[in-house]
Amino acid sequence: MSSDVILRKSGGNTGTPPVDDGRQPLWRSLARWEAGLVLVLIGVLIFGATESATFTDPSTVFYLGINTGYIAIMALPMTLIVMTGEIDLSVASMLGLSGATVGYLWHHGWGIWPAFLVALAVGFVGGALNGLLVARFGLPSIAVTIGTLTLFRGLAEVLLGSLTIPTIGDRLFPNWFADVGANSIPGTQLSWSMLFFIVLAVVFGVVLHVTPLGRSMIAIGLQPEAAQFAGIRVNRIKFWLFVLSGVMSAFAGILLTIQNQSVSYTAGTGLELNVVAIVLFGGVSIFGGRGTILGVVLSVAIVGSLQMALTQMNVSADKQNIVTGVLLLISVIVPNAGAALRRIQERTQRRTKPSTKPSTKLQSQRSIPKEGQPS
Amino acid sequence: MTELAARLVLDGATKSFGAVAALGDGSITLYPGEAHALLGENGAGKSTLVKILGGVHHADSGSLTIDGEPMEFGGPADAQAAGVSIIYQEPSLFPDLSVAENIFIGRQPVGRGRRIDRGTMERESRAIFTRLGVQLDVSRLARGLSVADQQIVEIAKALSFNARVLVMDEPTAALTTVEVLRLFEVIKTLRAQGAAVLFISHRLEEVFVCCQRVTIMRDGRFVRTAPVEELTIDDIIRSMVGRDLDALFPKTETPAGEVVLEVERLTSDGTFHDISFTVRAGEIVALAGLVGAGRSEVARAIFGIDRRTSGSVRLGGRELRNGDARAAMAAGMALVPEDRRQQGLVMDLGIDQNVALGSLSQLSHLGLIFRASERKLANGWATTLQLKFGQLRNAVSTLSGGNQQKVVLAKWLARGPKLLIIDEPTRGIDVGTKAEVHRILDGLVADGMAVLMISSELPEVLGMADRVLVLREGRLTAELSRAEADEHSIMRAATGQNLVVSA
Repeated sequence: MSSDVILRKSGGNTGTPPVDDGRQPLWRSLARWEAGLVLVLIGVLIFGATESATFTDPSTVFYLGINTGYIAIMALPMTLIVMTGEIDLSVASMLGLSGATVGYLWHHGWGIWPAFLVALAVGFVGGALNGLLVARFGLPSIAVTIGTLTLFRGLAEVLLGSLTIPTIGDRLFPNWFADVGANSIPGTQLSWSMLFFIVLAVVFGVVLHVTPLGRSMIAIGLQPEAAQFAGIRVNRIKFWLFVLSGVMSAFAGILLTIQNQSVSYTAGTGLELNVVAIVLFGGVSIFGGRGTILGVVLSVAIVGSLQMALTQMNVSADKQNIVTGVLLLISVIVPNAGAALRRIQERTQRRTKPSTKPSTKLQSQRSIPKEGQPS
Repeated sequence: MTELAARLVLDGATKSFGAVAALGDGSITLYPGEAHALLGENGAGKSTLVKILGGVHHADSGSLTIDGEPMEFGGPADAQAAGVSIIYQEPSLFPDLSVAENIFIGRQPVGRGRRIDRGTMERESRAIFTRLGVQLDVSRLARGLSVADQQIVEIAKALSFNARVLVMDEPTAALTTVEVLRLFEVIKTLRAQGAAVLFISHRLEEVFVCCQRVTIMRDGRFVRTAPVEELTIDDIIRSMVGRDLDALFPKTETPAGEVVLEVERLTSDGTFHDISFTVRAGEIVALAGLVGAGRSEVARAIFGIDRRTSGSVRLGGRELRNGDARAAMAAGMALVPEDRRQQGLVMDLGIDQNVALGSLSQLSHLGLIFRASERKLANGWATTLQLKFGQLRNAVSTLSGGNQQKVVLAKWLARGPKLLIIDEPTRGIDVGTKAEVHRILDGLVADGMAVLMISSELPEVLGMADRVLVLREGRLTAELSRAEADEHSIMRAATGQNLVVSA
């Protein structure tokens, strides 16, 4: 690893050695998508506090966790998958299948812990199926996971039919479900799902941003062929990401079961789009390679708080969906609008001023959410 | 030529990207009927100048006149309308459209009912090819055309715009000798019809065959313009580099050491068969042959990017697992691939991150990797390889081709490999950096590294290699010692026939 092996061979160094402290100016690292998200979050909090009478109540944090925690957990592996240029649309169906598995086994007299374990194993197998089809057979993940989206939901329906578990004649789920699912962690306003999300977010953030594995994912997302030529096991990494996504979706399904203290096969239907929306709004590029866990965490906070405020204001769930849709559009339009604006500006400058002033606009035209790389 | 009015005059053009001045004084004058070479090292500002002519970039200052008329291009369309066409190194045709449709893409002649008038389109395309003196079926699909033919189609497209100025950015880089000669004929025809051709190439011999005048740039500035008769290759190189090049191909005699790489009966069905050879420490073995002979494929199979059908690869006596690049790397193998932009580098990552990409696990502490350690590694190699760059965190896409190649080299040398496979080490690299890359390679083998070099440039093969392996249609047809290897022996083995090689 020493660079002096060939130093003497490469002749006299004509220039001065390059100096590079490598630090970005502060404004530059702040002027990123995440900074915008912080502003939006502040805006949402102010909006909630002024428009809703109960928003400033501490219990808002708890209910936010109940409503958003299990979705946010699925957003973490989704972030990594989107970073590598793929997508997993089967997450919500896997959440449903996991719950259905727990319900089915419970209905058939299993203990709760063995049922949980089997549900996680189902997540592993389902994720491995996605991973195999995408990484091994090179099929497009969007098509594969739309397929398994239907498949997993169908399996859930086969398991439970129209039953809601516990149904008549079943034992009730253990009492501690109520403690864990309907109460916050003692002494705090955090739901258990939120706690899991926070801990996992830290782990995922570290993995993505400061480990060789995370760097490999970024390289895969930016340029898969170059990643392969650098000895990165592109397919292996993708495979395990899908497995991880399956297991974590199954875990989210277990959390939801505990929260609801009941299961039906329709649990979480359509949530995959909320998960993708959160990830994209968090600044992760759908083309791969760009994005941060911090952005996704902020995105979770924004979407969660907004939803809380709107619920407290008695805005119906359907109308809340409009808000989600608008957020998603914003996350695509805003970064591109910036680039488009610069282009227009550049053009008018050209027309009006005949080339006397140096222009620095050109280099930063790009249609991707962020310019900075996660470091 | 002096009584002629200039067709195009670019005077004192400047262009900066942020703090980086890409062009300090871009000046060039083109006359109708001349082929004019634009020469300079990578990073000398040639591409920027070309992009200004093509309307892709807008100059910060300076003036552009065409046939005496001042011009201000708002975009590529303006340039095209003004009669300036750029033909890039890699043609961008639509493979599923016919040749004629490609020529008239976006402005197809329409007949009754707004339907595309295929007849007119093909007739006009044929007329253009006749003008160029080229035989090409206008109704065939572009898919499967050779790079040379694709370029001809691009030229035809330019002519259909009534181009008065044709800029060719390294058109010969991917062409065979025969194709290059045909391109020169086309250029001659274009000149006879009064077009001005600006020709960019790193192969200086070509400039003497094809061009009348030469403009040389260095460090973003105009150095000189002169008729080719008044110049020698040495003059040109001196002007480009600003100093004398000791030699383009430094070669230190090094005794070959023990065998590092043993390839035995390596076969990949349908691509290459029964390839056996060895590479020793301290020697450069060149893999020569025509484009398409299977050289890069052999390299990929050795490194484990592709799986082999049969045969074995041993590095330092250890058998390598089939199709496992990571194992090959761990055993001490490095591959600098053919395609820098797609395979060698992650263009949007920083210089430091690209250098570190091959050594991530070595750089990590307790499983974590920090930018500071990447930067430290990259800084050392940047100094060693005399990399020219702004800041280490800048994306490698901002570097010139030669400097990009140095980043790829740094990435692999940082691992301290025993065997370096380098595919087209100096493709698209200017003369100055070329010599540097050669000196680096020479230094590496002198220190006991084994190098397997794939090259399409005969002078490079002859100048650098200790032994030459020649591949023809997937089979090894000759193994030549440094003494035996010359243009004739290599070309004979590569083509299977006696050829008189000339420029």
